[in-house]
Amino acid sequence: MAVAPHKPRPNPNQNVFAPWDDPDAVPLIRFKNVSKRFGDFTAIDDLTLDIYEREFFALLGPSGCGKTTMMRMLAGFERATEGTITLGGQDMGGIPPNERPVNMMFQSYALFPHLSVWDNIAFGLKRDKLPKDKIEARVSEMLRLTRLEQFAKRKPHQISGGQRQRVALARALAKAPKLLLLDEPLGALDRKLREETQFELMDIQEKTGTTFVIVTHDQEEAMTVASRIAVMDHGKIIQVDTPARVYEQPSSVYVADFIGDVNLIEGVYTRPTPERGEIAYAEGEPPIAVDPVDGITIGTRVTYAIRPEKIRVSREEPDDRANRAFGKIIDIGYLGNTSTYHVELSTGQMVKAAMTNASRIARREFTWDDEVWLSWRETAGVVLAK
Amino acid sequence: MRKLSWFNLTSLTFGFAFLYLPMIVLVVYSFNSNKLVTVWAGFSTKWYGELFRNEAMMDAAWVTIRVALASSTLATVLGTLAAYVLVRGGRFHGRTLFSGMLYAPLVMPDVILGLSLLLLFIAIGLDRGLLTIILAHTTFSMAYVAVVVTSRLVAFDRSLEEAALDLGCTRFEAFRLVTLPIIAPAVISGWLLGFTLSLDDLVIASFTSGPSSTTLPIKIFSAVRLGVSPEINALSAILIGIVSVGVITASLISKRAIAKRIADENRATP
Repeated sequence: MAVAPHKPRPNPNQNVFAPWDDPDAVPLIRFKNVSKRFGDFTAIDDLTLDIYEREFFALLGPSGCGKTTMMRMLAGFERATEGTITLGGQDMGGIPPNERPVNMMFQSYALFPHLSVWDNIAFGLKRDKLPKDKIEARVSEMLRLTRLEQFAKRKPHQISGGQRQRVALARALAKAPKLLLLDEPLGALDRKLREETQFELMDIQEKTGTTFVIVTHDQEEAMTVASRIAVMDHGKIIQVDTPARVYEQPSSVYVADFIGDVNLIEGVYTRPTPERGEIAYAEGEPPIAVDPVDGITIGTRVTYAIRPEKIRVSREEPDDRANRAFGKIIDIGYLGNTSTYHVELSTGQMVKAAMTNASRIARREFTWDDEVWLSWRETAGVVLAK
Repeated sequence: MRKLSWFNLTSLTFGFAFLYLPMIVLVVYSFNSNKLVTVWAGFSTKWYGELFRNEAMMDAAWVTIRVALASSTLATVLGTLAAYVLVRGGRFHGRTLFSGMLYAPLVMPDVILGLSLLLLFIAIGLDRGLLTIILAHTTFSMAYVAVVVTSRLVAFDRSLEEAALDLGCTRFEAFRLVTLPIIAPAVISGWLLGFTLSLDDLVIASFTSGPSSTTLPIKIFSAVRLGVSPEINALSAILIGIVSVGVITASLISKRAIAKRIADENRATP
């Protein structure tokens, strides 16, 4: 197994790595009202974003959402149509890729096929006209960091996909850039290798202290590696937050639906008392009790988002939870560690509930067509107005 | 090995006979001791000796080689640059027109190309000689080089160049250090193609050559009009030899390179 990552976790007793919450912190990268148009197509639409030093920042979104364009603007391959991008206070507009303290790891790795692994890693250092012994020392360091020592003399087509990925990383890191860009870096690897490599990436990011910006469409990957995630859609940023907040406190239906599995229930928001909010979602059913939300007008239509693992399935009617619903199990998705139950409520609504399989499958409690109770707390879900 | 059916065997024999019998006859008769080309009178290599003592023929050979070397080299440089700009230059104004015009010499009849070049050289007052043949051959070889290099560049992963820029190369360095080494096989075969085309061109060379400079094809053609001499047979046999050696070597090299690559890739499995 891979070693547990030393990822900054919120801890009230320590100095938490969260420069985005510090009003005095100066961001390394600033996108200010940046737009990018290709002819009639708007790839980036009036976007403003700050990225801080030492961050592992993920740009997440479906293909065509503009995440790759943002990365290419940081690398210098594209110029913003409007707005400014600054890096360490310096305006990057008009600075060619070869003069930026930014390096990129390409999706296809883009290793030079006619050069050995060693020469690939040394390529950028040689362009800086460094003395020979310095280049040799730096290349050895990079080979050690990426555990490629015994492959130094091989050509890219003589090594495996995982090794190629590490060569690409070593080559991009060799010049010790202020900012490293990773374009879908693990897309070509199989699942197991990808998971291991995610932890390796975090480890290397931690060791080198480089700011990483990763582009990915894989939400699990973004959740695992990133300190913050920007969820993008149609050239706009929908939400920028830590993985936990993006998952637990999505700001919109789009984010809730894009990240992870979710039940979306539409209803009308009311607030019978200042301490109690309710969502009426079906005729004849008791409303869903929620924590009151300021800023939502009483009587507006809202979407209630609740994650399947926040819902408990039980045979008897529970009395310790604010929300209850009765239904029948239609389908069971068995995933090994958890099972997802698709439960049809008496209103016809389908709700997904996930339970951990703490006991062996032979003694599983519920099966198809069982009538069960679903229950969850008033704090379990999120009320979304958009 | 699978045994060939009689039908396959027959068609193979006839096919190859059709292609190669004339050449075999030519090579065999180049060793004929008789002065009459078509009457066999015993084995001899005397016509080869005669050939090397024939100064006019040797001069023509020397002119041909110089023209072929110079024009194919010039055409390779220009053709590669043209291909690079057409593939990498983005959609600049007049791109379609340019690429169409670059390929025009490929389909233009040689007579027209030769005549137009002749008129041009007369118009600008350039005396016909070695230089004009080189320029004329460069013109059409360049188109062939551009076609070969373009097909390689289109298949070329563009992110390799971007990676070079990203790692600190200027555009020119990226071309010299990354693009050129990778497209080198196409550039070399473009050069070889240009060399061969120049070597056997008769029509364009006859329009653009002057009295001081005659290429080998022109020489052979005019000699043959006075009757086929055994010397020409010897010369043709030498040319066949040179071309065969070149083609076989080139194909062996590329075959070995492919075999090595496959072996390497098998070895790379983790």
